[in-house]
Amino acid sequence: MTILNDPVSAKLGNRQQLSYIASQAADARLNVELETEGMTLNIGPQHPATHGTLRIIARLDGEQVVWAEPSCGYMHRGYEKLTEVRTFPQVTTLVNRIDWLGSFANEVPFILAAEKLMGVEAPPRAQWIRTILFELSRIANVSLFLGDLGVQLGAITPVFLAFRDREYVLNLIESATGGRFHPNFDRIGGLKDDLPAGWIDETKVVMKKLRNFCDEIETLLFGNEIFQSRTRGIGVIPRDVALQYGLSGANLRASGVDWDLRRDQDIALAYNKVDFKVWTHPDGDSFARCWIRLQETREATLIVDKLLDGIPSGPVMAKVPKIIKVPEGEAWVSTENPLGEMGYYVVSRGDLGPFRVKIRSASFNNISITPWLLRGVYVPDIITILASLYFILGDIDR
Amino acid sequence: MFALLAVEIPYWGQSLLRVLGGLVAVLLPAGTIVYLFLFKMMSFMQSRLGPMEAGPYGSLQLVAEVGKWLQKEDIQPESADKPIFKMAPIVVLMSTFLLVVVVPFGPDAWFTDFETGVFYALAVSSISVLGILMAGWSSANKYSLLGGLRAAGQLIAYELPMVLAVMGVVIQAGTMNLQQIVFAQNASSMFGFDGVGNPYVLTQFVGFVVFMIAIQAELTQAPFDMPIAESELVSGYMTEYSGFRFLIFFIGEFATAGVFAMIASTLFLGGWGIPFAWFGWTSMDDVSNWMNIAGPIIVITKMLVLTFLIMWVRFTYPRFREDQLQRFAWKVLIPVSLANIMATAVLKVAF
Repeated sequence: MTILNDPVSAKLGNRQQLSYIASQAADARLNVELETEGMTLNIGPQHPATHGTLRIIARLDGEQVVWAEPSCGYMHRGYEKLTEVRTFPQVTTLVNRIDWLGSFANEVPFILAAEKLMGVEAPPRAQWIRTILFELSRIANVSLFLGDLGVQLGAITPVFLAFRDREYVLNLIESATGGRFHPNFDRIGGLKDDLPAGWIDETKVVMKKLRNFCDEIETLLFGNEIFQSRTRGIGVIPRDVALQYGLSGANLRASGVDWDLRRDQDIALAYNKVDFKVWTHPDGDSFARCWIRLQETREATLIVDKLLDGIPSGPVMAKVPKIIKVPEGEAWVSTENPLGEMGYYVVSRGDLGPFRVKIRSASFNNISITPWLLRGVYVPDIITILASLYFILGDIDR
Repeated sequence: MFALLAVEIPYWGQSLLRVLGGLVAVLLPAGTIVYLFLFKMMSFMQSRLGPMEAGPYGSLQLVAEVGKWLQKEDIQPESADKPIFKMAPIVVLMSTFLLVVVVPFGPDAWFTDFETGVFYALAVSSISVLGILMAGWSSANKYSLLGGLRAAGQLIAYELPMVLAVMGVVIQAGTMNLQQIVFAQNASSMFGFDGVGNPYVLTQFVGFVVFMIAIQAELTQAPFDMPIAESELVSGYMTEYSGFRFLIFFIGEFATAGVFAMIASTLFLGGWGIPFAWFGWTSMDDVSNWMNIAGPIIVITKMLVLTFLIMWVRFTYPRFREDQLQRFAWKVLIPVSLANIMATAVLKVAF
């Protein structure tokens, strides 16, 4: 009865416990017949595939995973606590570092929550520019994913194409905001500055380049038979399981759930002013997740083009006091970030800074499905599945 | 090689020349491949320049890299099986040196003239599996162990299609002597047509493709690089190696690529001869002496063409999974090469 008293199986849910016991029994049988034993493999915290410090503890039978669990927290920086000793305008500097590939997108929901508490709304031009920069950070983020996907699966060329074309987007963000990675551009009540001259024409040229990059990746990687055989049918997440684990973003849409916060909620961003398609895929496997992200990058370039055509004139800053004191209250705002739903629950006691901030980041929920997903797969599939779930370490360990 | 010099050389002198010749034949292609393909071609494919600082166009980068590796500390894991750990890279490189011995570079420019050269080449090429398995096991590292086991499974699976692909050539030439195979390709005719000799890449195209795929797997280059698989197994069996031991593995990897490409060019592309510029020589003794000088250059050129193919595939494709690789070997390559042998045998009798 050692299996039932196993500390590992005690931590799992009913359904997982059963499968874990079954796999342990299979393991034991194998041990008796062939006198072999399983092996515990620590993938990470220092490992090329985890791009950060995620640790996957995997129990292997040969190359097959019997049981696996992610262990996170190696890069915990305590942002929720740190926000309590910052003033409201200072918090954006912190939250920029959560998902470091799409920094601007981290600022927006927090600023929107603060604006909601204060009862101010940014002028229309500021809302449009916010949306454009939001989509640009999505493009910068996901285009790197598309290249990195190749590296995880063993193709080394796509990542350099991704770095080359992401550079154009980063240059745009830099020329508009002054910061390549961490813009810190959003202010309560609007934006720090207006767009520089000539930025709109330049952005349209870059968006065309990014669409070419998407075509390139589609033919180089997605059309490749080896890529398809490595990703199709690997790591299938059914619709109900995806909902149970609280997945969001492309991971959820790849399981056939038509859910996109950009379209489905009415917040002070310009998404409801343009038409765009929300891509879904019925399969729920790794290929579907990657494919959805590819389509979304292309869709994001189209959204930026449409927004640039209709950008209104006017000021970029509403009338707010010099020293911002947020009135007492609680607010929850979430947006559809590159990695999935990201939200801030802000509690204010009427001080200069927030009393408490709860950050809901997408990656933390997205990787929580890995113990369920990794059972029975082979070691190379661990990498495929982790790559297709697409997490940023800073987004897991806040 | 020594008739060329037309002077009597003592045995120790001959041995010395052989060793020097072997070193040049292994290290020169390895360096050329690393610089031309790994540094430069890969960079141009990935829209970057590659090394540019050391020497003109970065051509001395490799020298700098070797210097760097030689300086590095030789780290051995505490629980490693030390003698085996130290021996493994040498075993891997040894198989390359044993392999280059049978490659003919000209009518008289050869190291040894084996009657069963093909058989010998295929036999010694599998010694490297032993070295890799030794490295994987002795490193006392789980990633190394997985990499070593993957390599063993993969290399054994791909030995078979390689042997079967070469069988077609052996049947067609009627000999296992590589020198005779070169001669047969250059001097014979193809289905009665005499213009271009009979380079077996034309008549044995299926065999050529199977052989190239098999050596891609033997060399553990992408898409068959699961034993190394840096995104999964860190560096596979090489994970724990540093300094000059890693350098030996590194040289072994690219030198073996060069030597395998030389053997492929000997078997399929006419070796040191150019089939449509053969000048009607009818026996080995007829062949003019200047072919001993031109031969190595021709072999190296053909080798570079074939390694270009190998590297092109390496830089483009993602990696197979281990079970897909085995399925591909046993269900596709082996039946295809068996069918090729049957077709070759039938046609050989018919013509």
